[in-house]
Amino acid sequence: MSGDNILTVEHLTMRFGGIVAVNDLSFGAGHRKITALIGPNGAGKTTVFNCITGFYKPTGGALRLRRDGDAEIALERLNDFRISKQAKVARTFQNIRLFPGMTALENLMVAQHNALMQASGFTFLGLIGAPGYRAAEKRAIDLAKFWLERIGLIDRADDAAGNLPYGDQRRLEIARAMCTEPTLLCLDEPAAGLNARESAALSELLLSIRGEQGASILLIEHDMSVVMEISDHVVVMDYGVKIAEGTPGNVRDDPKVIAAYLGADEEEAIAVMESGS
Amino acid sequence: MSVSAPDKKLATSGPGIPFILKKAFISAAVALVLFSLMIGIRTEAGPTGQLIYWTRFGDLALLVGAVFGGSIVIELFRQWLGPADMGQLIPPSVQGGLTIAGRFVAPALLIFTLLVPVIFYNQRYILDLAILVLTYVMLGWGLNVVVGLAGLLDLGYVAFYAVGAYSYALLATNFGLSFWVCLPLAGLLASLWGVMLGFPVLRLRGDYLAIVTLAFGEIIRLVIINWQSLTGGPNGVSGIPRPTLFGIPLTPGDDGLAAKLGIEFSPTHRIVFLFYLILALALLTNWVTIRLRRLPIGRAWEALREDEVACRALGINTTTTKLTAFATGAMFGGFAGAFFATRQGFISPESFTFQESALVLAIVVLGGMGSQLGVALAALAMIGGFELFRGLEQYRMLVFGIAMVLLMIWRPRGLIGHRAPTVYLKQAQAISSDLVKEGHG
Repeated sequence: MSGDNILTVEHLTMRFGGIVAVNDLSFGAGHRKITALIGPNGAGKTTVFNCITGFYKPTGGALRLRRDGDAEIALERLNDFRISKQAKVARTFQNIRLFPGMTALENLMVAQHNALMQASGFTFLGLIGAPGYRAAEKRAIDLAKFWLERIGLIDRADDAAGNLPYGDQRRLEIARAMCTEPTLLCLDEPAAGLNARESAALSELLLSIRGEQGASILLIEHDMSVVMEISDHVVVMDYGVKIAEGTPGNVRDDPKVIAAYLGADEEEAIAVMESGS
Repeated sequence: MSVSAPDKKLATSGPGIPFILKKAFISAAVALVLFSLMIGIRTEAGPTGQLIYWTRFGDLALLVGAVFGGSIVIELFRQWLGPADMGQLIPPSVQGGLTIAGRFVAPALLIFTLLVPVIFYNQRYILDLAILVLTYVMLGWGLNVVVGLAGLLDLGYVAFYAVGAYSYALLATNFGLSFWVCLPLAGLLASLWGVMLGFPVLRLRGDYLAIVTLAFGEIIRLVIINWQSLTGGPNGVSGIPRPTLFGIPLTPGDDGLAAKLGIEFSPTHRIVFLFYLILALALLTNWVTIRLRRLPIGRAWEALREDEVACRALGINTTTTKLTAFATGAMFGGFAGAFFATRQGFISPESFTFQESALVLAIVVLGGMGSQLGVALAALAMIGGFELFRGLEQYRMLVFGIAMVLLMIWRPRGLIGHRAPTVYLKQAQAISSDLVKEGHG
């Protein structure tokens, strides 16, 4: 299991005062695979995300990231911006966090900050208009254009991000995360608030990110049609612990998962399933 | 919820006479309470020290009546014009013309500024005023980096102005260094203090950030007052050398500029020189800021203003981004301070009170946070306009205050509220101020 994992979560625990949000959670996210983290509201999924992306410092446990040919990186030791900068883990947010007063193109340019900062000689070369920086900026614009075309927003590149429709904002946030050229992309409910057609387009986009860009994806999602369609591996959480894990098919038929979602006892769930079949 | 826009407009013209009268009565009642003691009863110390008072109910009735009538008039106006909206007041054709005219405002203003010493050569008062306005334009542009771009509210900007001024004053009087050597040093020292201020406030937001920056400004001023052996305390530093044109002094002597050029000496030469000096410094500030906005660091500042959490998720080091914003803003403040010292020839802590910080912040807010042209126009209005009202004597502050309140009602996001994008594919469209965040600090 751990051989081909990009991310290995081992015994992750996160406490807030007396509340245990995540309790001894272990799972792996496969290399170039889509791993879904599901569970009822309040199960601790977003807390896991915040631990992985450095917004929280875990109370206990280990988070290991391994890229091709690289040494393992202990994510729990890196903090906030370094996770994105050094470990190349990008994320999106449950409530969209774009830069609303900046254009779609500018949003994607900000995402390439670290590469551009280096090219601009930490501002000094850029200030005098060095040719090296200009070339780097052109490349950055090209990458942004590539992603804008990919998400079908090239015509709205110069519009303020805050002016875009909700579905477009969701896709733009994913494109912005991809502009950091991540190895692991963490998506927090990317399909929330999307209609059926938009969800289908999203699934397609995520599959192509995995296939063409070779990024591994970890996603939290409530829209089961998306989860079941695209996930390679599903981890189910409830009350901060893992209750099931496996392929989408396995998880769907697991009585524990059904019990968690229906809020019923395990025995009752089995009874419901048996009477149904 | 299905009420459409035109229905809403009808609804606003709905509330009739009872509503207007009710509103007017409430306003009049508030006015009565407020003015009853201030206007209604007049007190004075009598000849033997006892308190004598007499009533002025006539004046009170007149004022309350004026408020009552005024409230009705304002309410009628509001219903007649509808919600305050530029689009309603100005037809689209005129608006189109205004946008075209807007494109020429900045170049026209620049050309006019360049010609000011030529046009007003013999009017010393106007030249002095122009230098003062340009100093505030420069300060406004400097603070704009911190407040307008990075969205960090700084109420102690005058501290950097003071650091710059004292840096030049002390280096020049103690070590005899020339203005041109001291200018970069003053900027460097000020930006160092900018970083020093930046560190403790990194984690602060909003009101807390404002309080700490306010305190920082006061600390610098109090240190200057109390460190008598170095700064001369409240007596200030005098005899600060005047600037030279790369070593050639602007004096009547044989080695002065006038003698070298073979023209007759005039004290106005120095004023004109100072004018172009501050203009050059201000334009440098403007140029650097415009360049920085299009560089990754400038975009990171604006992104920080929009959403700090998203910045961190994108791998942007928010600590260094904030510190560079403070340092850059402070550096320009330091330059302006050095210029102030050389222009005045004398500086004392009295020039660096909180009022200066508030004035510069007002210029930035009034101009439209982040807009270079807006800040320049606001500085002109605040400093020049204040002089314009000089004829009103004691009512000057009152008129000025009312003008500012009206302006903030009319344009809540400043004179130029929209934001220009830093990069575009097809066409740069101005971004409405409704979308642009004000920052968290």
